[in-house]
Amino acid sequence: MKLILTEEEQFLKDTAKNFAEERCPISHFRSLRDNNDPILWDKEIWEEMTKLGWPGILIPEEYGGSNFGITGISVILRECAKTLTPSPLYATGVLGAFSITNFGSSEQKQNYLPKIASGELTTALAIDESSHHNPANTEMTAKKDGKKFVLDGKKTFVIDGASADLLIVLARTSGNKGEMSGLTLFLINSNNPGIEKIKLDMADSRNYANINFNNVEVNTESILGDEETGGETAENILDIGRIALASEMLGNAEAAFEATLDYLKQRKQFGVLIGSFQALQHRAAEMFCELELTKSSVLAAMKAADEGSNELQRLSSLSKTIAGETLHLVSNEAVQMHGGIGVTDEYDIGFFLKRARVAEQIFGSSKFHTERYANISGF
Amino acid sequence: MNNLDKFRAETKKWLDENCPPSMRSGADPSIPIDEVWGGRNAEYKNPESKLWLDRMGEKGWTMPTVPKEYGGGGLNKEEVKILNEEMFLIGARQPLLSFGIWMLAPVLLEYGNEEQKKEHIPKILKGEIRWCQGYSEPGSGSDLASLSTKAEDAGDHFLVNGQKVWTSYADKADWIFALVRTGAKEPKHDGISFVLIDMATKGVSTKPITLISGKSPFCETFFDNVEVPKENLIGELNAGWTIAKKLLQHERAFISNFGLAGATAAGGGSGRDIVSIAKKHLGEENGKIKNSFYRTEIASHKIKEHAFGLTLKRAADEGGKASATASMFKLYGTEHNKKRHELMVAASGVDGVAWDGDEFDQDDKNLTRAWLRTKGNSIEGGTSEVQLNVISKRVLNLPSQ
Repeated sequence: MKLILTEEEQFLKDTAKNFAEERCPISHFRSLRDNNDPILWDKEIWEEMTKLGWPGILIPEEYGGSNFGITGISVILRECAKTLTPSPLYATGVLGAFSITNFGSSEQKQNYLPKIASGELTTALAIDESSHHNPANTEMTAKKDGKKFVLDGKKTFVIDGASADLLIVLARTSGNKGEMSGLTLFLINSNNPGIEKIKLDMADSRNYANINFNNVEVNTESILGDEETGGETAENILDIGRIALASEMLGNAEAAFEATLDYLKQRKQFGVLIGSFQALQHRAAEMFCELELTKSSVLAAMKAADEGSNELQRLSSLSKTIAGETLHLVSNEAVQMHGGIGVTDEYDIGFFLKRARVAEQIFGSSKFHTERYANISGF
Repeated sequence: MNNLDKFRAETKKWLDENCPPSMRSGADPSIPIDEVWGGRNAEYKNPESKLWLDRMGEKGWTMPTVPKEYGGGGLNKEEVKILNEEMFLIGARQPLLSFGIWMLAPVLLEYGNEEQKKEHIPKILKGEIRWCQGYSEPGSGSDLASLSTKAEDAGDHFLVNGQKVWTSYADKADWIFALVRTGAKEPKHDGISFVLIDMATKGVSTKPITLISGKSPFCETFFDNVEVPKENLIGELNAGWTIAKKLLQHERAFISNFGLAGATAAGGGSGRDIVSIAKKHLGEENGKIKNSFYRTEIASHKIKEHAFGLTLKRAADEGGKASATASMFKLYGTEHNKKRHELMVAASGVDGVAWDGDEFDQDDKNLTRAWLRTKGNSIEGGTSEVQLNVISKRVLNLPSQ
């Protein structure tokens, strides 16, 4: 496993960098927030992303995708994260596309993948049911009734849940809360009777929802993967999601760090540039080192995902932990080093802090993944 | 079979026939283990240590990338990878620990003339000559370029007077590579030369320094009218600072590896595994360290260690963009090694601060000493603060005051 980007991956990264800088600078995100946009992403931007082929990066060519791999989509997300670009690319282009490509029946693939690749269909992955990520704690029930299943329960903090067309839902078909066995994944149209979406207002001003399921009926063809082993399938999907998110968080941290470095080279106090103070220089140098460690961890995890390495789970937890800790550090230091303007809404740096804390919680915090890393490592 | 497969097969066969049993994993634990540094006065508790060194030295595999004409293995990158893999598979010990290999040979290859390379590199690789490093002086630590050990032109030789400090194992070394002042004091970087000095020359003396660990890996080295032949000058007169910096990068890269578990090299401290220490002293339940507070801290540490290892790998894959990353690795590797030893000591409880006597296991007593030794890691080869300065200025381009 070589820890360098291929030419194609580098090309995708460069394209994304230009796109983010030209089409959706941070002012784009700010205006969505200020206008109380109902879905908090822009349909025109999504169409442009679709034209670039991004929703289809993980989809095989026969279904209209380009099959460029986890590394490909992750470097795009990293660049888009530098300008805090909101879009359905993560929930649809990573979580949805990966789930259906890898675990869908041929009928499900036919039905959904071309529509995902063409940007017509957006998806959301509904796993958690409380304030802390923990798939094993799934209580939502899916009771078998002949050829049907009836779902009851509540999903929380679903990314893009307020707008997605298709929901990927983890429910319990047997066993008890706390067990990873006895779980099954379902693909469910978000307009099905009995589904109630409650949009959430979160610190990072992005699209999330709590979703209630009241006697929602689906047929057996809606099962994604195999009945009863959905826990394992979900873990696989989540690991890919964690890696792509870690890459996004790396982009957030890089941008916040760059902005801070620029500020240190512009702002004068006591008659000198504040970047000449050793107290700040050393902290900046430490952040540089943490960012380098994060780049390597994320790169190793993406490559492991593309190569089907048996280290995937461990590297997924490694990358989510490190990205979380680095972004935590950098977002705090960025605000502190900007001084007074760092805590004003007018200045962009605060957006990174708010995005950081939400992203840290998604699909397991650094604490969750540190524990998981220890479990996988055998201590 | 392609060439690399053929090389692998031959290497496997050679190692099988030539690596002595006590130099592999699974060796009889009652056989003593030598720290093999070679040199004129080397002593071996286990004769197989010497045998292994001689065989590997003969092949040039103590530094396999060095061209054969200088006594190296003449292997390319792929072949070295295969050699390392095959050695790893049988758990073969490194045959030789050597400042000559880690620091001097790379700069001799780059800056030495043909005669110097032919004279010194083969002896380094065979472990015949043990080298030490003469850089720091009592008045020149972090500000190394202010050094004042003088080398005056005396016709066919230099006359050297002054004192070096922190010379690792100077009392056991045969030769020293040293920075000396051959030109003016200002500008300080411009009057420095890089010379090689035989420690057996009249006027050279050493005095060990006892560290807080109770051990004396370092010495003070004194030069009192020492005559050094002019052919021992490496590179141009007064152009030694460039060589000095290059060698520091090799040193920093080497010290960086201390940050990885299992690094047992000199100065790196204990190569013991923190997880097994924690399980031994804190207990184990369902395969997990019983104390969750320690377990969490150890897991966080392991994660950082893993990420650091991946970063070393990425740097190698990128082709090793030297200077700036060398500073980062030196900083991170040493700080990380200190932290690991703090954790090991803490997880060992009272046993982790055992000093001497029969009431304690040798492993635990060694750990105490190793922990104290690691405190020097972030000072030697440029302090952590100096590394942070280098990163701030050279990588981040932050302004000077």
